[in-house]
Amino acid sequence: MRGRLSGSTVGFLIAAALVLAIGWLEGTRPGGVSLPRLTAGLLTLDLLIRAGVFTIILVGLNLLMGYAGQVSLGQAAFYGLGAFFSAILTVKARNIGIPDVVAGAWWWAWVVMVVGAVIIGALSYLIGWAILRLRGHYLAMATLGLGIAVFIILRENLGLPRLNLTGGFDGVVGIPRLRIGAYLVWPVHRYFMLVWAVALSTIALGLNLVRSRIGRALRAIHGSELAAESLAVAAPRYKAQILAISAALAALAGSLYAHFQAAVVPATFGFVPSLQLVLMSAVGGMASIWGAPFGALAVLLLEELLRTKLAVIFPGVKGEFEAVAFGLLLVLVLLFWPRGLTGRTPGPLRRPAAAKG
Amino acid sequence: MLQTPARADQAAAPLLEVRRITKAFGGLVALQDVSFVIWPGQIKGLIGPNGAGKTTLFNLITGILPPLSGDIRYRGRSTIGLPQYQIAGLGIARTFQNVQIFAGMTVLENVLVGLHRHMRSGLLDAAIRSGRSRREEQAAHKRARALLEEFDLLDRADEPAESLPFGLQRVLEVARALATAPSLLLLDEPGAGLSGAEKGRLTDRIRKIRDDGVTVFLVEHDMELMMGLADEVAALDQTMLIAEGPPAAIQNDPAVIAAYLGEEERGDAS
Repeated sequence: MRGRLSGSTVGFLIAAALVLAIGWLEGTRPGGVSLPRLTAGLLTLDLLIRAGVFTIILVGLNLLMGYAGQVSLGQAAFYGLGAFFSAILTVKARNIGIPDVVAGAWWWAWVVMVVGAVIIGALSYLIGWAILRLRGHYLAMATLGLGIAVFIILRENLGLPRLNLTGGFDGVVGIPRLRIGAYLVWPVHRYFMLVWAVALSTIALGLNLVRSRIGRALRAIHGSELAAESLAVAAPRYKAQILAISAALAALAGSLYAHFQAAVVPATFGFVPSLQLVLMSAVGGMASIWGAPFGALAVLLLEELLRTKLAVIFPGVKGEFEAVAFGLLLVLVLLFWPRGLTGRTPGPLRRPAAAKG
Repeated sequence: MLQTPARADQAAAPLLEVRRITKAFGGLVALQDVSFVIWPGQIKGLIGPNGAGKTTLFNLITGILPPLSGDIRYRGRSTIGLPQYQIAGLGIARTFQNVQIFAGMTVLENVLVGLHRHMRSGLLDAAIRSGRSRREEQAAHKRARALLEEFDLLDRADEPAESLPFGLQRVLEVARALATAPSLLLLDEPGAGLSGAEKGRLTDRIRKIRDDGVTVFLVEHDMELMMGLADEVAALDQTMLIAEGPPAAIQNDPAVIAAYLGEEERGDAS
């Protein structure tokens, strides 16, 4: 292996170079040239940052769905929990008795981000032991229920209206920008580079994981849980572990999103976003780590096109139509394009190859 | 493990003891009061007509199903209540009557999953690709290739496992099970669907596996194959153990003959 670069390493270097180039371009705007002007307004840093945030979630979701074969229709719940964890602990630290000396320090937001991901990962590990015993449709239903439950809990102020931590429908506003000492990770091109640095690290982590004994165990569980266990693969533990990793990544993405938007509302993390994530995963290719950035970008771009062009074609269409479009697209992709943009093997909806004599 | 028996006794201790096992599905009894012993180093056979409870017995031994009553002891220790993967971790490997190949993985990767048990690198090692995990991975690949060579599958190592013909999928399943380095290997109808020539090769392979120190427990419908291979045979019929002994004796056992004749009659009637 030494001295030779693998395809993934090359892809990784290209992606890193792209991120740096775009960051530099948007940071300096030489001669007034900018990304939106080069792409007729389609590519903006806003879109690329959201794609980076989704990439982080999708690496986890692809490990869970594409590799381990465990369907999650509630992944946005972990995303939302991470976002609100950061929002509440940075904006409303005083409400829950955290001294200003701590909550005002530059490192506080970073600590909250990491601790949030760890706590949400650990919680989902426990949830995993319970719900991952379910298979197929039942698991899909359970995660769907989990997603809706979390959404309602956020919307209903965690059932503690007096503390008003989540802000109900209105969410939390005034989430501070991230800082490293005195260095502000803002304006937006700096934040873009931060998000994609995390996203690329997540991709590297995912690539290493799927090439390891753990990745093989996950795929074996996907292929035949019975056979995997007959080879001493501790299927329940690995399934719970990979759910925990995917939840922690989603929570981390949620924190990054919260500090980007500076405001969070529960509606961002409901059922439709969960469906959107599954669509991104399918479009990019579920059983593929590189599917994550491609799926996120492709679906966000498509959405952008739909948003700007659809009203021209169907006047008066708006709002709820998004869910219909996602649903339709998902069905079409799964039916006719199960490998997505980058996938080698189809996702969890694949029928196991018939092995009859 | 309070008392360590003398060395001679250890050799004479049974590897697996099935003690008065009963299993029912709902009201339907599948096994009744079945007891037998597997000694280390033997090829033990289990025969019986369809529906006698052979596969159920396999599923009980490997922990896929819990028994209604009775005990199963492996190296003197009860395995009842242990999850399937832990029983496999004790050194009991198996193949399946309906092959359970990992589709979407290559032939080599299928065998590498079998080596999972002997690798130690965890999530963190995997995520950062530590030196330990890379060394372990290299060693595993080497071992897997050696196993595939032994089973004449090396030239197909990088093909998708599901693209193998059925007979070779069965062979791959045996190689994969052996990769776990088991002490006891359970083979569920390994001859089903194989041609005469393939069956001959299978017999040689099973003998070699035993000679390499693995105890074999074999369910087989094919009497002929069983008779030439097993050191000792147990016969099940209609949920009960009806005979046990050397193959020649079993072949001439009136109860066994009646069971198989009965099956033919039942078969004719349908």
